[in-house]
Amino acid sequence: MFPAEFDYERAESVSEALGLLERYADADVEVLAGGHSLVPAMKTEGREPDVVVDLDVPALDAVNALDDRTVVGALTTYATLVDSGTVRGTVPLVAEAASEVGDTQIRNRGTIGGNLAEAHPGADLPAAALASDATVLLRDRDGKREVPATDFFRGGGETAVERDELLTGVRVPYPGDGGFAYARKTHPATGYAMVGVAAVVETEEGTVTAARVAATGAVDRAVRLPSVEDALADEPLDADTVDAAASEARADVDADRLRSDAYASGEFRGELLETYVARALETAADRAAGDTPTR
Amino acid sequence: MSTHDITLTVDGTTEELTVESRTLLVHALRDELGDTAPNVGCESGKCGACTVELDGDAVKSCTVLAVQADGSSVTTAAGLADGGLDPVQRAFHDEHGLQCGYCTPGMLATTHQLLAENPDPSRAEIRRALKGNVCRCTGYESIVDAVETAAARLRTGDGGGEEPTAGSERAGAPGPGAED
Repeated sequence: MFPAEFDYERAESVSEALGLLERYADADVEVLAGGHSLVPAMKTEGREPDVVVDLDVPALDAVNALDDRTVVGALTTYATLVDSGTVRGTVPLVAEAASEVGDTQIRNRGTIGGNLAEAHPGADLPAAALASDATVLLRDRDGKREVPATDFFRGGGETAVERDELLTGVRVPYPGDGGFAYARKTHPATGYAMVGVAAVVETEEGTVTAARVAATGAVDRAVRLPSVEDALADEPLDADTVDAAASEARADVDADRLRSDAYASGEFRGELLETYVARALETAADRAAGDTPTR
Repeated sequence: MSTHDITLTVDGTTEELTVESRTLLVHALRDELGDTAPNVGCESGKCGACTVELDGDAVKSCTVLAVQADGSSVTTAAGLADGGLDPVQRAFHDEHGLQCGYCTPGMLATTHQLLAENPDPSRAEIRRALKGNVCRCTGYESIVDAVETAAARLRTGDGGGEEPTAGSERAGAPGPGAED
Protein backbone atom coordinates (compact mmCIF):
# COMPACT_ATOMS: atom_id res chain seq x y z
CA MET A 1 0.00 0.00 0.00
CA PHE A 2 1.28 3.41 -0.97
CA PRO A 3 0.02 6.82 -0.04
CA ALA A 4 -1.23 8.85 -2.98
CA GLU A 5 1.33 11.20 -4.48
CA PHE A 6 2.13 14.35 -2.56
CA ASP A 7 4.81 17.00 -2.32
CA TYR A 8 7.12 16.70 0.66
CA GLU A 9 8.62 19.66 2.47
CA ARG A 10 10.93 19.38 5.44
CA ALA A 11 10.91 22.13 8.04
CA GLU A 12 13.92 22.42 10.30
CA SER A 13 12.55 25.21 12.48
CA VAL A 14 9.18 26.40 13.71
CA SER A 15 9.40 29.55 11.59
CA GLU A 16 10.23 27.49 8.53
CA ALA A 17 7.21 25.27 9.20
CA LEU A 18 4.94 28.27 9.65
CA GLY A 19 6.33 29.75 6.44
CA LEU A 20 5.44 26.57 4.59
CA LEU A 21 1.92 26.57 6.04
CA GLU A 22 1.55 30.14 4.75
CA ARG A 23 3.04 29.36 1.36
CA TYR A 24 0.66 26.44 0.89
CA ALA A 25 -2.32 28.19 2.45
CA ASP A 26 -4.52 27.26 -0.51
CA ALA A 27 -3.43 23.64 -0.63
CA ASP A 28 -4.46 20.63 1.42
CA VAL A 29 -1.54 20.40 3.84
CA GLU A 30 -0.81 17.82 6.49
CA VAL A 31 1.83 18.30 9.18
CA LEU A 32 3.94 15.20 9.75
CA ALA A 33 5.51 14.44 13.12
CA GLY A 34 6.05 10.76 13.98
CA GLY A 35 3.67 9.73 11.22
CA HIS A 36 2.01 6.91 13.08
CA SER A 37 -1.46 8.30 12.60
CA LEU A 38 -0.94 10.20 9.37
CA VAL A 39 0.97 7.64 7.29
CA PRO A 40 -1.53 4.80 7.87
CA ALA A 41 -4.38 7.23 7.20
CA MET A 42 -2.74 8.26 3.92
CA LYS A 43 -2.54 4.63 2.92
CA THR A 44 -6.00 3.42 3.78
CA GLU A 45 -8.28 6.15 5.01
CA GLY A 46 -8.37 8.38 1.99
CA ARG A 47 -6.25 11.18 3.37
CA GLU A 48 -4.58 12.55 0.25
CA PRO A 49 -2.88 15.83 1.07
CA ASP A 50 -1.25 17.91 -1.67
CA VAL A 51 1.65 18.71 0.60
CA VAL A 52 3.17 17.09 3.67
CA VAL A 53 5.23 19.35 5.93
CA ASP A 54 7.63 17.15 7.89
CA LEU A 55 8.69 18.62 11.22
CA ASP A 56 12.39 17.99 11.74
CA VAL A 57 12.79 20.55 14.50
CA PRO A 58 15.13 19.48 17.30
CA ALA A 59 13.97 22.35 19.51
CA LEU A 60 10.52 20.75 19.70
CA ASP A 61 11.96 17.46 20.95
CA ALA A 62 12.65 18.68 24.45
CA VAL A 63 11.40 18.38 28.01
CA ASN A 64 11.90 21.38 30.28
CA ALA A 65 11.08 21.29 33.98
CA LEU A 66 10.40 24.77 35.36
CA ASP A 67 9.37 25.89 38.86
CA ASP A 68 5.84 24.54 38.90
CA ARG A 69 5.35 23.02 35.49
CA THR A 70 7.00 20.90 32.83
CA VAL A 71 6.91 22.00 29.22
CA VAL A 72 6.99 19.12 26.76
CA GLY A 73 7.89 19.88 23.15
CA ALA A 74 5.50 18.65 20.48
CA LEU A 75 8.03 16.28 18.91
CA THR A 76 8.78 14.47 22.15
CA THR A 77 8.16 10.79 21.51
CA TYR A 78 6.15 8.50 23.73
CA ALA A 79 9.36 6.59 24.42
CA THR A 80 10.99 9.77 25.71
CA LEU A 81 7.96 10.52 27.89
CA VAL A 82 8.23 7.04 29.39
CA ASP A 83 12.00 7.11 29.85
CA SER A 84 12.46 10.72 30.92
CA GLY A 85 13.26 11.02 34.61
CA THR A 86 11.98 14.58 34.43
CA VAL A 87 8.59 13.57 33.09
CA ARG A 88 8.27 10.64 35.47
CA GLY A 89 9.36 12.74 38.39
CA THR A 90 7.27 15.85 37.77
CA VAL A 91 4.21 14.82 35.75
CA PRO A 92 4.07 11.04 36.15
CA LEU A 93 0.54 10.70 34.79
CA VAL A 94 1.82 11.76 31.37
CA ALA A 95 4.54 9.10 31.50
CA GLU A 96 2.06 6.45 32.62
CA ALA A 97 -0.39 7.24 29.83
CA ALA A 98 2.41 7.30 27.24
CA SER A 99 3.59 3.89 28.43
CA GLU A 100 0.23 2.45 27.39
CA VAL A 101 0.35 3.78 23.82
CA GLY A 102 0.61 1.22 21.02
CA ASP A 103 3.77 -0.83 21.25
CA THR A 104 7.54 -0.43 21.39
CA GLN A 105 7.91 0.65 17.76
CA ILE A 106 4.99 3.07 17.87
CA ARG A 107 6.30 4.64 21.08
CA ASN A 108 9.68 5.13 19.41
CA ARG A 109 8.17 7.23 16.62
CA GLY A 110 4.87 8.71 17.77
CA THR A 111 4.87 12.11 19.44
CA ILE A 112 2.82 13.92 22.05
CA GLY A 113 2.12 16.74 19.62
CA GLY A 114 0.94 14.40 16.92
CA ASN A 115 -1.20 12.52 19.40
CA LEU A 116 -2.97 15.66 20.65
CA ALA A 117 -3.34 17.21 17.19
CA GLU A 118 -4.73 13.99 15.76
CA ALA A 119 -7.13 13.76 18.72
CA HIS A 120 -8.17 10.20 18.05
CA PRO A 121 -11.20 9.56 20.28
CA GLY A 122 -9.45 6.51 21.79
CA ALA A 123 -6.03 8.08 22.28
CA ASP A 124 -4.46 8.05 25.72
CA LEU A 125 -2.68 11.38 26.01
CA PRO A 126 -5.76 13.59 25.62
CA ALA A 127 -7.15 12.07 28.83
CA ALA A 128 -3.84 12.60 30.59
CA ALA A 129 -3.70 16.20 29.36
CA LEU A 130 -7.20 16.89 30.67
CA ALA A 131 -6.61 15.28 34.05
CA SER A 132 -3.29 17.13 34.33
CA ASP A 133 -4.96 20.48 33.63
CA ALA A 134 -2.48 20.91 30.79
CA THR A 135 -2.33 23.77 28.32
CA VAL A 136 -1.64 23.28 24.62
CA LEU A 137 0.85 25.71 23.12
CA LEU A 138 0.24 26.93 19.56
CA ARG A 139 2.17 29.23 17.26
CA ASP A 140 1.32 31.07 14.08
CA ARG A 141 3.11 33.76 12.09
CA ASP A 142 1.82 36.45 14.43
CA GLY A 143 2.78 34.83 17.70
CA LYS A 144 1.74 32.40 20.35
CA ARG A 145 -1.61 31.16 21.57
CA GLU A 146 -2.43 28.99 24.53
CA VAL A 147 -5.47 26.76 24.72
CA PRO A 148 -6.43 24.87 27.88
CA ALA A 149 -6.81 21.17 27.23
CA THR A 150 -10.45 21.51 28.29
CA ASP A 151 -11.07 23.75 25.23
CA PHE A 152 -8.77 21.94 22.83
CA PHE A 153 -10.64 18.80 21.78
CA ARG A 154 -13.66 19.48 19.58
CA GLY A 155 -14.75 15.93 18.74
CA GLY A 156 -14.18 13.50 15.90
CA GLY A 157 -10.52 14.42 15.58
CA GLU A 158 -11.17 18.16 15.42
CA THR A 159 -9.12 20.41 17.64
CA ALA A 160 -8.51 24.08 18.35
CA VAL A 161 -5.51 24.14 15.97
CA GLU A 162 -6.17 26.51 13.07
CA ARG A 163 -4.78 25.68 9.65
CA ASP A 164 -2.05 28.32 9.85
CA GLU A 165 -1.04 27.20 13.33
CA LEU A 166 1.46 24.70 14.63
CA LEU A 167 1.12 22.82 17.89
CA THR A 168 4.53 23.39 19.48
CA GLY A 169 4.15 21.87 22.93
CA VAL A 170 2.20 21.18 26.06
CA ARG A 171 2.55 22.81 29.44
CA VAL A 172 1.76 20.49 32.31
CA PRO A 173 1.48 21.91 35.83
CA TYR A 174 2.82 19.81 38.68
CA PRO A 175 0.13 17.96 40.58
CA GLY A 176 -0.22 18.61 44.29
CA ASP A 177 0.32 15.91 46.88
CA GLY A 178 -1.91 12.92 46.38
CA GLY A 179 -2.20 10.21 43.78
CA PHE A 180 -2.64 9.70 40.08
CA ALA A 181 -3.35 6.86 37.67
CA TYR A 182 -4.15 5.98 34.10
CA ALA A 183 -6.17 2.81 33.60
CA ARG A 184 -7.50 1.56 30.33
CA LYS A 185 -9.16 -1.28 28.52
CA THR A 186 -7.05 -1.79 25.43
CA HIS A 187 -8.52 -2.95 22.18
CA PRO A 188 -6.16 -5.79 21.32
CA ALA A 189 -6.16 -5.21 17.57
CA THR A 190 -6.14 -1.44 17.27
CA GLY A 191 -3.96 -0.73 20.30
CA TYR A 192 -6.21 2.21 21.18
CA ALA A 193 -8.19 2.42 24.36
CA MET A 194 -11.75 1.16 24.20
CA VAL A 195 -12.03 3.25 27.34
CA GLY A 196 -9.22 4.88 29.29
CA VAL A 197 -9.43 6.93 32.47
CA ALA A 198 -6.85 9.36 33.80
CA ALA A 199 -7.09 10.68 37.32
CA VAL A 200 -5.24 13.15 39.49
CA VAL A 201 -6.50 13.26 43.07
CA GLU A 202 -4.89 15.79 45.37
CA THR A 203 -5.23 15.15 49.08
CA GLU A 204 -4.41 16.68 52.41
CA GLU A 205 -4.31 14.32 55.37
CA GLY A 206 -6.35 11.78 53.46
CA THR A 207 -9.08 14.18 52.36
CA VAL A 208 -9.55 15.11 48.72
CA THR A 209 -8.77 18.76 48.08
CA ALA A 210 -8.97 18.62 44.28
CA ALA A 211 -9.73 15.91 41.74
CA ARG A 212 -9.51 15.85 37.99
CA VAL A 213 -10.77 12.76 36.19
CA ALA A 214 -10.92 12.41 32.41
CA ALA A 215 -11.99 9.64 30.05
CA THR A 216 -10.97 8.75 26.53
CA GLY A 217 -12.69 6.32 24.21
CA ALA A 218 -16.14 6.76 25.67
CA VAL A 219 -17.39 9.54 23.40
CA ASP A 220 -16.04 11.33 20.32
CA ARG A 221 -13.34 13.13 22.28
CA ALA A 222 -11.59 12.94 25.64
CA VAL A 223 -13.74 14.55 28.33
CA ARG A 224 -13.53 15.50 31.99
CA LEU A 225 -16.00 13.77 34.28
CA PRO A 226 -17.32 16.55 36.53
CA SER A 227 -19.81 14.43 38.48
CA VAL A 228 -17.06 11.99 39.41
CA GLU A 229 -14.84 14.88 40.45
CA ASP A 230 -17.61 16.43 42.55
CA ALA A 231 -18.23 13.12 44.30
CA LEU A 232 -14.58 13.04 45.36
CA ALA A 233 -14.26 16.63 46.52
CA ASP A 234 -13.82 17.11 50.27
CA GLU A 235 -14.32 13.40 50.94
CA PRO A 236 -11.90 10.99 52.57
CA LEU A 237 -10.10 9.15 49.77
CA ASP A 238 -11.25 5.66 50.72
CA ALA A 239 -13.01 2.73 49.09
CA ASP A 240 -16.49 4.08 49.78
CA THR A 241 -15.68 7.40 48.18
CA VAL A 242 -14.11 5.69 45.17
CA ASP A 243 -17.21 3.51 44.71
CA ALA A 244 -19.53 6.47 45.04
CA ALA A 245 -17.51 8.52 42.58
CA ALA A 246 -17.27 5.71 40.02
CA SER A 247 -21.03 5.24 40.14
CA GLU A 248 -21.36 8.82 38.87
CA ALA A 249 -19.31 8.13 35.74
CA ARG A 250 -22.19 7.36 33.44
CA ALA A 251 -23.99 10.48 34.55
CA ASP A 252 -21.21 12.50 32.92
CA VAL A 253 -21.75 11.14 29.42
CA ASP A 254 -25.02 11.18 27.57
CA ALA A 255 -25.80 7.54 26.71
CA ASP A 256 -26.56 8.60 23.13
CA ARG A 257 -23.06 9.98 22.76
CA LEU A 258 -21.26 6.77 23.76
CA ARG A 259 -19.14 5.59 20.86
CA SER A 260 -20.40 2.47 19.16
CA ASP A 261 -18.33 0.82 16.47
CA ALA A 262 -17.11 -2.53 15.22
CA TYR A 263 -14.91 -2.89 18.29
CA ALA A 264 -17.39 -2.24 21.09
CA SER A 265 -20.96 -1.12 21.54
CA GLY A 266 -21.77 2.12 23.29
CA GLU A 267 -23.46 0.16 26.04
CA PHE A 268 -20.29 -1.84 26.66
CA ARG A 269 -18.19 1.30 26.68
CA GLY A 270 -20.52 2.72 29.30
CA GLU A 271 -19.93 -0.34 31.47
CA LEU A 272 -16.19 -0.06 30.93
CA LEU A 273 -16.24 3.60 31.85
CA GLU A 274 -17.58 2.96 35.33
CA THR A 275 -15.18 0.06 35.87
CA TYR A 276 -12.12 1.95 34.72
CA VAL A 277 -12.98 5.09 36.67
CA ALA A 278 -13.02 2.85 39.74
CA ARG A 279 -9.70 1.22 38.79
CA ALA A 280 -7.97 4.53 38.15
CA LEU A 281 -9.26 5.98 41.41
CA GLU A 282 -8.28 2.87 43.39
CA THR A 283 -4.71 3.14 42.12
CA ALA A 284 -4.66 6.89 42.72
CA ALA A 285 -5.92 6.31 46.28
CA ASP A 286 -3.28 3.64 46.90
CA ARG A 287 -0.58 5.98 45.68
CA ALA A 288 -1.93 8.86 47.74
CA ALA A 289 -1.73 6.61 50.78
CA GLY A 290 1.80 5.63 49.86
CA ASP A 291 0.85 1.99 49.35
CA THR A 292 2.01 1.80 45.76
CA PRO A 293 5.24 3.11 44.33
CA THR A 294 4.47 5.86 41.83
CA ARG A 295 6.86 4.40 39.32
CA MET B 1 4.83 14.53 -7.03
CA SER B 2 8.29 15.24 -5.79
CA THR B 3 11.36 13.07 -5.69
CA HIS B 4 14.23 13.32 -3.27
CA ASP B 5 17.84 12.26 -3.22
CA ILE B 6 18.50 10.63 0.12
CA THR B 7 21.33 8.87 1.87
CA LEU B 8 20.81 5.80 4.01
CA THR B 9 23.41 3.76 5.80
CA VAL B 10 22.04 0.24 5.74
CA ASP B 11 23.83 -2.45 7.72
CA GLY B 12 26.99 -0.39 7.58
CA THR B 13 26.89 0.42 3.87
CA THR B 14 26.09 3.99 2.86
CA GLU B 15 23.71 4.15 -0.07
CA GLU B 16 22.44 7.08 -2.12
CA LEU B 17 19.11 6.72 -3.79
CA THR B 18 16.26 8.72 -5.25
CA VAL B 19 12.80 8.15 -3.81
CA GLU B 20 9.34 9.53 -4.33
CA SER B 21 7.87 11.46 -1.42
CA ARG B 22 5.48 8.62 -0.80
CA THR B 23 8.02 5.81 -0.90
CA LEU B 24 7.96 3.94 2.37
CA LEU B 25 11.20 3.00 4.05
CA VAL B 26 10.45 -0.71 3.76
CA HIS B 27 10.02 -0.40 0.00
CA ALA B 28 13.17 1.66 -0.37
CA LEU B 29 15.05 -1.03 1.51
CA ARG B 30 13.57 -3.99 -0.30
CA ASP B 31 12.86 -2.72 -3.80
CA GLU B 32 15.52 -0.05 -4.29
CA LEU B 33 18.40 -1.48 -2.29
CA GLY B 34 17.62 -5.20 -2.26
CA ASP B 35 17.71 -5.42 1.52
CA THR B 36 14.95 -7.95 1.94
CA ALA B 37 15.30 -8.80 5.62
CA PRO B 38 12.36 -6.60 6.66
CA ASN B 39 9.17 -8.18 5.41
CA VAL B 40 6.00 -6.49 4.27
CA GLY B 41 3.17 -7.90 6.35
CA CYS B 42 0.06 -5.99 7.30
CA GLU B 43 1.26 -2.70 5.77
CA SER B 44 -0.66 -0.87 8.45
CA GLY B 45 1.79 -0.56 11.30
CA LYS B 46 0.40 -3.41 13.36
CA CYS B 47 2.25 -6.65 12.63
CA GLY B 48 5.89 -5.56 12.99
CA ALA B 49 7.29 -7.85 10.27
CA CYS B 50 8.93 -4.79 8.69
CA THR B 51 10.68 -3.71 11.90
CA VAL B 52 14.23 -2.42 11.52
CA GLU B 53 16.42 -0.39 13.82
CA LEU B 54 16.53 3.24 12.74
CA ASP B 55 19.37 5.01 14.53
CA GLY B 56 19.05 2.35 17.25
CA ASP B 57 15.28 2.51 17.68
CA ALA B 58 13.04 -0.33 16.53
CA VAL B 59 10.59 1.14 14.01
CA LYS B 60 8.01 -0.23 11.64
CA SER B 61 9.51 0.62 8.28
CA CYS B 62 6.12 0.49 6.56
CA THR B 63 5.07 3.51 8.60
CA VAL B 64 8.14 5.67 7.98
CA LEU B 65 8.62 7.58 4.73
CA ALA B 66 11.97 6.84 3.18
CA VAL B 67 12.60 10.57 2.89
CA GLN B 68 12.07 10.91 6.65
CA ALA B 69 14.96 8.51 7.16
CA ASP B 70 17.35 10.59 5.05
CA GLY B 71 20.76 10.62 6.69
CA SER B 72 19.87 7.85 9.12
CA SER B 73 21.46 4.53 9.90
CA VAL B 74 19.32 1.43 9.40
CA THR B 75 20.11 -1.97 10.84
CA THR B 76 18.11 -4.88 9.45
CA ALA B 77 18.06 -8.41 10.78
CA ALA B 78 20.52 -9.33 8.02
CA GLY B 79 22.92 -6.74 9.34
CA LEU B 80 22.98 -8.40 12.73
CA ALA B 81 24.62 -11.46 11.22
CA ASP B 82 28.29 -10.75 10.75
CA GLY B 83 29.82 -13.88 9.32
CA GLY B 84 27.38 -16.06 11.27
CA LEU B 85 24.33 -15.81 13.44
CA ASP B 86 24.50 -13.22 16.19
CA PRO B 87 23.57 -14.33 19.73
CA VAL B 88 19.93 -13.26 19.38
CA GLN B 89 19.54 -15.05 16.07
CA ARG B 90 21.31 -18.11 17.49
CA ALA B 91 18.94 -18.15 20.46
CA PHE B 92 15.86 -17.97 18.20
CA HIS B 93 17.31 -20.92 16.30
CA ASP B 94 18.13 -22.93 19.40
CA GLU B 95 14.79 -22.30 21.13
CA HIS B 96 12.67 -22.86 18.02
CA GLY B 97 11.54 -19.25 18.22
CA LEU B 98 10.29 -19.33 14.67
CA GLN B 99 8.35 -21.53 12.32
CA CYS B 100 7.71 -19.93 8.94
CA GLY B 101 10.13 -17.12 9.79
CA TYR B 102 8.16 -14.27 8.26
CA CYS B 103 7.90 -12.31 11.50
CA THR B 104 11.42 -13.18 12.63
CA PRO B 105 13.42 -10.27 11.16
CA GLY B 106 11.12 -7.88 12.97
CA MET B 107 11.25 -9.90 16.19
CA LEU B 108 15.05 -9.75 16.05
CA ALA B 109 15.15 -6.00 15.53
CA THR B 110 12.83 -5.30 18.45
CA THR B 111 14.67 -7.81 20.63
CA HIS B 112 17.93 -6.04 19.91
CA GLN B 113 16.54 -2.76 21.19
CA LEU B 114 15.07 -4.48 24.25
CA LEU B 115 18.31 -6.16 25.24
CA ALA B 116 20.34 -3.01 24.66
CA GLU B 117 18.08 -1.19 27.13
CA ASN B 118 17.32 -4.03 29.52
CA PRO B 119 19.89 -6.85 29.65
CA ASP B 120 17.82 -8.95 32.06
CA PRO B 121 14.15 -8.62 31.15
CA SER B 122 11.42 -10.63 32.84
CA ARG B 123 9.11 -12.72 30.69
CA ALA B 124 6.42 -10.09 31.16
CA GLU B 125 8.82 -7.38 30.01
CA ILE B 126 9.74 -9.46 26.96
CA ARG B 127 6.10 -9.91 26.04
CA ARG B 128 5.43 -6.22 26.53
CA ALA B 129 8.44 -5.26 24.37
CA LEU B 130 7.37 -7.61 21.58
CA LYS B 131 3.72 -6.55 21.63
CA GLY B 132 4.14 -4.90 18.26
CA ASN B 133 5.53 -8.02 16.62
CA VAL B 134 2.87 -10.51 15.65
CA CYS B 135 3.60 -14.20 15.01
CA ARG B 136 0.82 -16.22 13.41
CA CYS B 137 2.31 -19.68 13.49
CA THR B 138 4.65 -20.75 16.23
CA GLY B 139 3.14 -19.02 19.22
CA TYR B 140 4.96 -16.80 21.62
CA GLU B 141 6.22 -19.14 24.33
CA SER B 142 9.29 -20.25 22.41
CA ILE B 143 9.92 -16.70 21.23
CA VAL B 144 9.99 -15.52 24.84
CA ASP B 145 12.26 -18.46 25.64
CA ALA B 146 14.56 -17.36 22.84
CA VAL B 147 14.79 -13.80 24.11
CA GLU B 148 15.48 -15.04 27.64
CA THR B 149 18.21 -17.31 26.33
CA ALA B 150 19.73 -14.54 24.23
CA ALA B 151 19.70 -12.20 27.22
CA ALA B 152 21.37 -14.77 29.44
CA ARG B 153 24.06 -15.50 26.87
CA LEU B 154 24.73 -11.82 26.25
CA ARG B 155 25.07 -11.22 29.99
CA THR B 156 27.65 -13.96 30.30
CA GLY B 157 29.35 -13.15 27.00
CA ASP B 158 28.41 -16.57 25.65
CA GLY B 159 27.38 -16.10 22.04
CA GLY B 160 25.71 -19.48 21.86
CA GLY B 161 28.53 -21.97 21.69
CA GLU B 162 28.88 -22.88 18.06
CA GLU B 163 30.13 -19.55 16.78
CA PRO B 164 31.39 -17.64 19.77
CA THR B 165 32.96 -14.92 17.64
CA ALA B 166 29.89 -14.23 15.53
CA GLY B 167 28.64 -10.68 15.81
CA SER B 168 31.49 -9.98 18.17
CA GLU B 169 30.65 -6.31 18.67
CA ARG B 170 27.22 -7.14 19.91
CA ALA B 171 28.10 -10.37 21.64
CA GLY B 172 29.84 -8.76 24.58
CA ALA B 173 28.27 -7.15 27.57
CA PRO B 174 25.76 -4.46 26.61
CA GLY B 175 27.41 -1.09 26.10
CA PRO B 176 26.77 2.17 27.88
CA GLY B 177 23.36 2.35 26.17
CA ALA B 178 22.10 -0.19 28.68
CA GLU B 179 21.94 2.53 31.31
CA ASP B 180 19.93 4.93 29.16
